[in-house]
Amino acid sequence: MNLHVPQPIVSVRDLSVHFHSASKIISAVNGVSLTVARGESVALIGESGSGKSVTLRSLMRLHPEKTTAIKGRIEIDGADVMTMSSSTLSAFRGSVTSMIFQEPLLAFDPVYTVGEQIIESVRRHCRLSRKDARAVALEALRSVRIPSPEQRLEAYPHEMSGGMRQRAMIALALACKPRLLLADEPTTALDATVQIQILLLLRELQREMGLSIIFVTHDIGAAVEIADRVAVMYGGRIVEEAPLATLLANPCHPYTVALLSSRPEGGLSKGSRLETIPGSPPDLSRLPEGCAFAARCKYASEACKKSFPGRVAVSPEHYVSCHRFPESA
Amino acid sequence: MGAYILRRLLLAIPIMLGVALVCFMLVQIAPGDPLVSVLPPDASQELRAQMITAYGFDQPLPAQFMKWLWHAVQGDLGTSIATSRPVFSEVMTAAINSLRLAFLATLIGFFFGCLFGFVAGYFQDTWLDRLASVFSVFGVSVPHYWLGMLLVIVFSTQLYLLPATGGGPVGASGWAWDWAHVQFMILPAITLSVIPTGIIARTVRALVAETLAQEFIVGLRAKGLGESGIFRHVVKNAAPTALAVMGLQLGYLMGGSILVETVFAWPGTGLLLNSAIFQRDLPLLQGTIWVLALFFVVLNLLVDILQTLLDPRIKRA
Ligand SMILES: Nc1ncnc2c1ncn2[C@@H]1O[C@H](COP(=O)(O)OP(=O)(O)OP(=O)(O)O)[C@@H](O)[C@H]1O
Ligand SMILES: [Mg+2]
Repeated sequence: MNLHVPQPIVSVRDLSVHFHSASKIISAVNGVSLTVARGESVALIGESGSGKSVTLRSLMRLHPEKTTAIKGRIEIDGADVMTMSSSTLSAFRGSVTSMIFQEPLLAFDPVYTVGEQIIESVRRHCRLSRKDARAVALEALRSVRIPSPEQRLEAYPHEMSGGMRQRAMIALALACKPRLLLADEPTTALDATVQIQILLLLRELQREMGLSIIFVTHDIGAAVEIADRVAVMYGGRIVEEAPLATLLANPCHPYTVALLSSRPEGGLSKGSRLETIPGSPPDLSRLPEGCAFAARCKYASEACKKSFPGRVAVSPEHYVSCHRFPESA
Repeated sequence: MGAYILRRLLLAIPIMLGVALVCFMLVQIAPGDPLVSVLPPDASQELRAQMITAYGFDQPLPAQFMKWLWHAVQGDLGTSIATSRPVFSEVMTAAINSLRLAFLATLIGFFFGCLFGFVAGYFQDTWLDRLASVFSVFGVSVPHYWLGMLLVIVFSTQLYLLPATGGGPVGASGWAWDWAHVQFMILPAITLSVIPTGIIARTVRALVAETLAQEFIVGLRAKGLGESGIFRHVVKNAAPTALAVMGLQLGYLMGGSILVETVFAWPGTGLLLNSAIFQRDLPLLQGTIWVLALFFVVLNLLVDILQTLLDPRIKRA
């Protein structure tokens, strides 16, 4: 055992998440394995319904317990999340790992001020007086560069602009100095210029705090700004995983290729069209036995329909699950 | 906030005028001779004419209305034909009795309504939810006079626990908060409380279910709150609407309890309306309706202000 290799902050093995509804079982995540190093930022990308949010929420066990079957191993900061008692779990949420959401207006309680909500979180995790907690909240708002933070503390969520609210959400998430930030499309609902500001802010805070980030998006443009490494999801599985530059230069999985070419290079020039991937996403209640992308893949062969391809390293740190890259190679 | 209240108060004036006109006209177009009840059947024509002049029935309607309104805004609602006492004091005594009853009934309703509502909302689609729903449907749909009579049969005539009818011990005047008086309130208050219980339960259930389905609940879990911490947020989100519904129920109970007050002979506005109608006591009828309407408008105003204070999303401009 090599003692010099630092323990990763996140280690997920064979995670599967199935939702049981009245008539069917939705297989939202089907065997995801993911490792995130300390201080690293990983982007999960994929189209709508590919299981990105479900994977992210599983890391904090946020799914309703009654209707959800989670299997696999989740280790965060050395602790086994799957076996935590409910009190350990709620102490872990918000202190070791925090989450920010796509629509900050919906993620705040509308009838409490932003300040009250940050203070509530701070007091939940550190035994502080109201006054000290308020000071921590104020400091958190300052650290996300919100102008006139004293006044923002007293504002209700609906009284802020979208970008301001997302900053406040980040302040809430980071107020207790977590080690891991889970970001679920935090910029999707924002204007393009505000998006960039938020991404830059996250990048900066990540460096300052030595934070690890898992960043969910379906926009490669956002991933480029923030990610060290990218994992591409399809049908509840990670189909390709590589450092950002490698993935952009040498995408291997046909789905990744399609996803990358669906993105306008340096903005859409006049007359050029956004390439969309033909076909529709798989039905998660009736996933095929083989590769879920086979039905939409122009390279699909018989093997693709029969079995799911194993994970293959095409180069160091670059993994793909596709029958075009056989395991023996 | 001050400007908002002032605007709401100004808005209430035309509403009150409209209500005054409607209840004045309603009584005018009602069939029957208002003097039947005060005059002996064999009264002379002169006496009749005298009475008509005394009550002002000989003047044109608009003049009668203006005169009535002019007196009404000064608190003079005329004299009851049946009892010859001032309508104002009759109505006020009755209104206070009704208010006392309605208040107790609303409190009971609020308590049980919230209890059933929260349980049903938290345990949606389980047997607890269904049980609570059965209770609330029962509350809204059971005929109240029937329930009242049932309670009287069980608790008064069978078990001798509580008095069947009346507004206080025989011979006592006025009210006191002692058992001798309060025991008279219990059965009518329980009977009246089943409506607000049902309505508040259904409202609270919907509010709780709606709040629990919102994204920010996941946000609260994600920042480490447990169930009790989340409950606080649910309560604060549900409170403005639940309190508003409770306030309106208080208003309905004030005027809407004719049958229940009659069953229990509770000396409130319901009983007063009942006797005013059957005795063709026009001034009393008009006065009672008007005071009830006034009460409802004021209550609405209070509810709106309360809701504005409690819910930051409502603009106060
Ligand atoms: N609590 C739940 N119960 C049942 N099904 C669910 C639940 N949560 C998510 N799903 C389903 O799981 C699938 C994957 O959803 P997920 O939210 O992870 O997609 P996503 O990749 O985040 O897409 P998007 O870009 O739209 O956010 C979807 O089909 C969704 O309907
Ligand atoms: Mg999502």
